[in-house]
Amino acid sequence: MSLKIAVCIKPVPDPDYYDQITIDPVRKTITRAGIPTIINPVDKNALEAALQIKEQVGGTVTVITMAPPNGEESLREMLAMGADEACLLTDRAFGGADTLATSYTLAQGLKKLGNFDLVFTGTESADGATSQVPSQLAEWLGMAHLWNVSEIKLKEDQAEDKVQELQAKMKIENGYIEYEVKLPAVLAVSRDLNTPRFTSIMGVMKAKKKPLTVFTVNDVDVDRTLIGLDGSPTKAGAVFTPSLSRKGERLTGDLDEVVEQLLQKLRAAGINLEIKSSSQGGR
Amino acid sequence: MNFNFTDEQEMLRKAVREFVEAEIAPKAAEWDEKDECPVELFPKMGQMGITGIFVPEEYGGAGLGHVERAICLEEISRHSAGLGIALMTHHLGTDPILKFGTPEQKEKYLPDIASGKKIAGLSVTEPGGGSDFMGQKATGELKDGKWVINGRKCFITNSAVADVDLWIVNTGTNEKGRPLLSTFIIDKDTPGHKPGRKENKLGLRGSVTGEIICTDVELGPEQLLGKVGDGAKAGMGAIGEVGRAGMAAISVGVLGACLELAVKFANERILYGKPIAKLQAIQFDVAETRVEYEAARLLLYRAASMKDAGIPCANEFSIAKYYASEAACRAAKRIMDMMGGYGVINEYPIGRYLRDAQAIIPAGGTTHIQKMIIGANTLAGK
Repeated sequence: MSLKIAVCIKPVPDPDYYDQITIDPVRKTITRAGIPTIINPVDKNALEAALQIKEQVGGTVTVITMAPPNGEESLREMLAMGADEACLLTDRAFGGADTLATSYTLAQGLKKLGNFDLVFTGTESADGATSQVPSQLAEWLGMAHLWNVSEIKLKEDQAEDKVQELQAKMKIENGYIEYEVKLPAVLAVSRDLNTPRFTSIMGVMKAKKKPLTVFTVNDVDVDRTLIGLDGSPTKAGAVFTPSLSRKGERLTGDLDEVVEQLLQKLRAAGINLEIKSSSQGGR
Repeated sequence: MNFNFTDEQEMLRKAVREFVEAEIAPKAAEWDEKDECPVELFPKMGQMGITGIFVPEEYGGAGLGHVERAICLEEISRHSAGLGIALMTHHLGTDPILKFGTPEQKEKYLPDIASGKKIAGLSVTEPGGGSDFMGQKATGELKDGKWVINGRKCFITNSAVADVDLWIVNTGTNEKGRPLLSTFIIDKDTPGHKPGRKENKLGLRGSVTGEIICTDVELGPEQLLGKVGDGAKAGMGAIGEVGRAGMAAISVGVLGACLELAVKFANERILYGKPIAKLQAIQFDVAETRVEYEAARLLLYRAASMKDAGIPCANEFSIAKYYASEAACRAAKRIMDMMGGYGVINEYPIGRYLRDAQAIIPAGGTTHIQKMIIGANTLAGK
C-alpha cells in the first residue's frame, strides 16, 4: 500500500521586499528580478500533509513548480523538508502565464512524471491570491477536487490493501462541509490543516542528493497555444496606482456656524448623525 | 580564497533561523528575566541536528563540522546568547568523548548527546581559578580498582542541568613532578556527585552556571576518558578549539542582534520630522557596528574553516574570541547610547545584549588571557 503524491508549490516575492516590487508597464506583470523569493507559506502545509500521508501509508512525494531557474532553490528547500524528488518546469516560453496557462503547464508536467494518486496545493498564493490554479489543475487532470481543506482522513480498503478514498473537511464561511473523495484527487489545503515541520540540518544535507528534474518546453507534451503569455486568456488592462491623497477644507465662521456646516457635510456624505436615547432617558 | 558559504551551509542557516525565530526568539526575554535554562529545547534542537552537529552520523549526529556549528550558535545567539552558551557547553562536553572515547564510551554516550536527550558539560574551573589549568585541586585516586573523585568545581555552565559531566582532575604527578590530569565521565545521578550553589549572573541568563561537588564519587575504570594524563590535552583542546570557538560565535550572534536592532530603531525613530537614520552621527554608529560585525564574522569563520580542515587553530580562535567579545560589548553600549532613553527601557533587548556581551568576556578565558595567548604565539613566530 503506497501512494504517489505530488505537491505543487510557488516561489513568491519575500514580503520583506514588497516595497521594492514594481509592475512592468508593458507586460503588466510583476517584475520579480532582484526580489528574493520565499516558498508560498501555505504550500508548506501542503507538503506537510503529503509527508504525513506518506508516513502513514507509504509512497513517494514529488514536489513540482513552474518558475524561473532560481525556483530550484525553493525545490531544494522542500526536498530538505522531506520531499523525495522534485521537478522544475522552467522555460522562457512558460513566462507571463496567467492561472489557466500555469495550471495547464503544471498538469502537463505532472502527466509526464506519472500517474499521481493525490496532488496537493496551497489554497492560494501570497502574491496573486486568485485561488484559481488548484481547481483548474483538477480539471486538466480530470481529478476530483476540494479547496480550503482543513482536515483529511484516509479510508483504507483492507481487501485491496490500498487507499482509494479519503474523508476531508472543507472550511466554509460559517463552518465545514465534510466530503468523501475518491482518488485521484487534487486537494488545496488551508493553513488550519497542520503545522509544517521544521527543516532539519540532516534534511538539508540529504536534499542535495535527492533527484531534481528540470523540464523545458521541449520536455513536456504541451500545446504551445496554451502556455505562457500568449496562451493566457487573462490580459491585464490598465495598471495604475490609486490616489490615496487627502484633501483638507477650512470651515470659517463662529463656532455654531462651523458646527452646522460640518454637520451638513457629514449628512451629505451619508453619515447617520441620529443620536439614540440612552436607557436612562438621557438626551 | 573563497569567503562564501556553500549552498548547503546557506540552507542550513535558513533552516536554523526559522527554528530559532519560532522556538527561541519569542521566549528569550522570559528566560533571561526568570534565569531559566530551557532544557526542554534540547530534544527539539536534537531533532534539528543542532545538538549533535559535529557528532558523526553513525552516532546519530549530523556529521558536519565547526563552520556549521558556528552558524547554529550565531543564529541562536542572535536571540538568546544564554541558550547559546548552554548549547556551546553541551558541545564542549561532547568534543573530548569524540576525541578520546573508546568505541564503548562513544556508543554509550554520543547517541543521547546528539539527540539532545542528554545534556553534556565540562567541569574544569575551580575556586582557585579557571586559568590555572594545571593546578587542579580536584583529585582522582585509584582504590581497589575504582577511581574515587573528590573536589569542587565552580562557574560551571550547565552545572545543574548536565546529564553527562566531564571532570578534569589531578591523578598524580609524572616522573618530572608535573601534574597528571585525567578526564572522567560522570553520570548525573552517580552517588556523591551533585550541583552546589547556582550563581546569579549579570548576563547569559537562561543558562545555568554554578558549582558541582564530588564527594567520594566512585567510578569504574570504564569512566576514565582516554589514558591517565590525557586530561590536559582533552580539556585544553576542547576549551581552545571548541569553547573559544563557541564564545566567538555567540559574540558574533550578539553583534548581529545589535546591528539589526540599530537599523530597525534608526529607521523607525522619528526626530526633527525624519528618521534618525538620516543623521550622520547615527550613520556612524551603525557603520562602526557593521564593520565590527563583519570583522568578527570573518575571524570566526576563518578559524572554524581551519578547524574543519584539521589545521591547528587555537590561536585563531583566541583572536576571534578576543575581538568578537570586546566588539560585542562596544556595539551593545554604542547602540544603547544611540537609542537614548529607549536604550535603558527593558522593553527593548539592547540592555540584555549589553549584559550578555559583558558576561561573554570571562567565558573561555578573559580578554587578558586571550591577549597572553595571542601575544605569546605571535612572539614565538606562530
